[in-house]
Amino acid sequence: MTAAPLVIVRPPELAGRRRRLGGWRRLPTKAKAGALLLGFFVAAGLIGPMVAPYDPSYSNPSPSLSLNPPSAAHLLGTTQTGQDVLSQLLVGIRLTLELAVLVGVAATALSVVVGVSAAFLGGLWDDLLSLTSNVFLVIPSLPLLILLLGYLPQQGQTPTILVLSLLGWPWGARVIRAQTLAIRRRDFIAAARETGEKTWRIIAFEIVPNEVSLIAASFVNTVLYAIGASVALAFIGLADLSSWSLGTILYWAQSAQALTLGAWWWFVPPGLAVALIGTALVLLNTGIDELGNPRLRATGTGRSNGARYRPADPTPVYSQAADAQRTSALARALHSFSRSSVLDRAHGAAAGDGE
Amino acid sequence: MSFLLRRIGFYLVAAWVALTANFFIPRAIPGNAVQAIMAKFPNLQPSAYHALEAMLGVGHPGSLWHQYVTYLYDVFHFNFGIDVLQYPARVSTLLGETIPWTIALVGTATVIAFLIGTGLGIAAGWRHGGWLDRVLPGLMFFQAVPYFFLALVLIEVLAERTGIFPIGQGYANGLVPGWNWAFIGSAVYHSLLPAFTIVITSVAGWMLQMRNVMITTIGEDYVVAAQAKGLPNRRVVFTYAARNALLPQLQGFGLALGFVISGAIIMEIVFSYPGIGLLLLNAVSAKDYPLMQAIFLVITFAVLLANLIVDLVLVVADPRVRTREATS
Repeated sequence: MTAAPLVIVRPPELAGRRRRLGGWRRLPTKAKAGALLLGFFVAAGLIGPMVAPYDPSYSNPSPSLSLNPPSAAHLLGTTQTGQDVLSQLLVGIRLTLELAVLVGVAATALSVVVGVSAAFLGGLWDDLLSLTSNVFLVIPSLPLLILLLGYLPQQGQTPTILVLSLLGWPWGARVIRAQTLAIRRRDFIAAARETGEKTWRIIAFEIVPNEVSLIAASFVNTVLYAIGASVALAFIGLADLSSWSLGTILYWAQSAQALTLGAWWWFVPPGLAVALIGTALVLLNTGIDELGNPRLRATGTGRSNGARYRPADPTPVYSQAADAQRTSALARALHSFSRSSVLDRAHGAAAGDGE
Repeated sequence: MSFLLRRIGFYLVAAWVALTANFFIPRAIPGNAVQAIMAKFPNLQPSAYHALEAMLGVGHPGSLWHQYVTYLYDVFHFNFGIDVLQYPARVSTLLGETIPWTIALVGTATVIAFLIGTGLGIAAGWRHGGWLDRVLPGLMFFQAVPYFFLALVLIEVLAERTGIFPIGQGYANGLVPGWNWAFIGSAVYHSLLPAFTIVITSVAGWMLQMRNVMITTIGEDYVVAAQAKGLPNRRVVFTYAARNALLPQLQGFGLALGFVISGAIIMEIVFSYPGIGLLLLNAVSAKDYPLMQAIFLVITFAVLLANLIVDLVLVVADPRVRTREATS
């Protein structure tokens, strides 16, 4: 239960600064690269609007400033109407990250609530919640997003955040539910229950702290999804086009045919920014994965030492206890709909035979 | 077989949820959807008007329940109403014209990406720590690039500047769609670049997933036993490790279809490809609500159907699914 994943056990006199440094050093390279890259963009988002040299919306009426290539006055050149691309970028990173983080927080909170309560309430509730998340997973989200946003009388940041959060939780809920079911069966939970801890206390202080890495991974994934979806939606015009986000910059660049006019400095930087933020998040997530499962690392595999390195088997996630709890016939019937239930049982049985 | 029956039951539930959401969204969102259409087309024919009523709840034709039943009846008879954008074309006709384009291109490209990615994943997982493993972070970049951005850059470089590929559209101007070589050749030629962009953006995802499952599978005792028996590497890789690692990959394929469709919509918009995604964009920008709704339904049903096919493949590929169900 004391497991903060990055802390290495050391004699107490070495605790403090060295321990933290050691933790950073022991992070997989991919996680480090991802964190550094992401830190750069977060910093740009935080201080960007303050250091932006121009007002991003200011159109310079002078025709000589239209579509200027990068120069000392305009480090990333100008748009067709003489706006400064660098300023737009600095303001746009803030708005895009803001949206992504808000969606990430809201959707991850939803998935924790749904996942944990599905696992804890059990029975019919579990099956209803699981069925709901499976249905949301299988319905393609972008067409639904387009449909929802298309019906709104006007576009804006808030509706986009709401709609993205509403559709972004099922995957995380599924993973968190499985993990909660597994943790629930551990001895320390039984012990906590025996000592008379209340259910909400067990959830808040025993279960959720043990799922921090999973929740973090789910958050990173949701942020990635929010960036991708919001940029794509803005690019096809379903956003508040008078505000500056990475997606709307790309929208205006494309509608002015920036690439065909040879104005790469208008189109490439925002796209590259989205790509690099995305790469940073993917790297970070892969790093988190490798931290939990060292076998996935590309280098330093056990084979090189002649002995095969085998970490402890992953936590068994599929629980017979949950099956036993499905008392009502309706509950059983509902649960049996899910593809995972059948496969889990099949695989669980295979694993059980091997033991 | 009961596995399949249960899955079909699940898809029916999902389809019902999509249908119902589709019914309530226009009624729940405050806005001037109805007025917009009425203002644009004051003299609709009675039959078209009736379908519109059912689809959008124009005016107050009966109770909500009555509207719902009428709506379901219309959908089951492929009566999606008339189109506002290309009046008086029927929505179902427009759908019939665009769907084959999307399925032919996106279906082929997705299967190719899946096969290449899985193959590379097998190689990367087997030669763990080899050069394929090391280029993986580079591939992640391609996965993170917004699809439309990469596509536009490729259009600029490979089509506009060098002219190797045509710029967008489904076939050359002036050709009449039909089963003749000139048209088919042109259509294939126009689909090469879109297919290529889909493949390079989605290959990394398949590859990463397959690699990770492969690495876990290779650590299993039965793979070690197969090696210890002295079986040739090829047999160990494909028959022992890859076959088992493929199962989660197949499951992932079903779930990833939603993302594939999203990518396809953007692809068609970027390439002006005459498929259903472009139709959706046109419908949205023209506020053509009946068409938007019909497209959403068609896409959702297509994804559900594809998932069902994945389940069928799973039953064939994984004996555990069959035997487990036969005994219990």
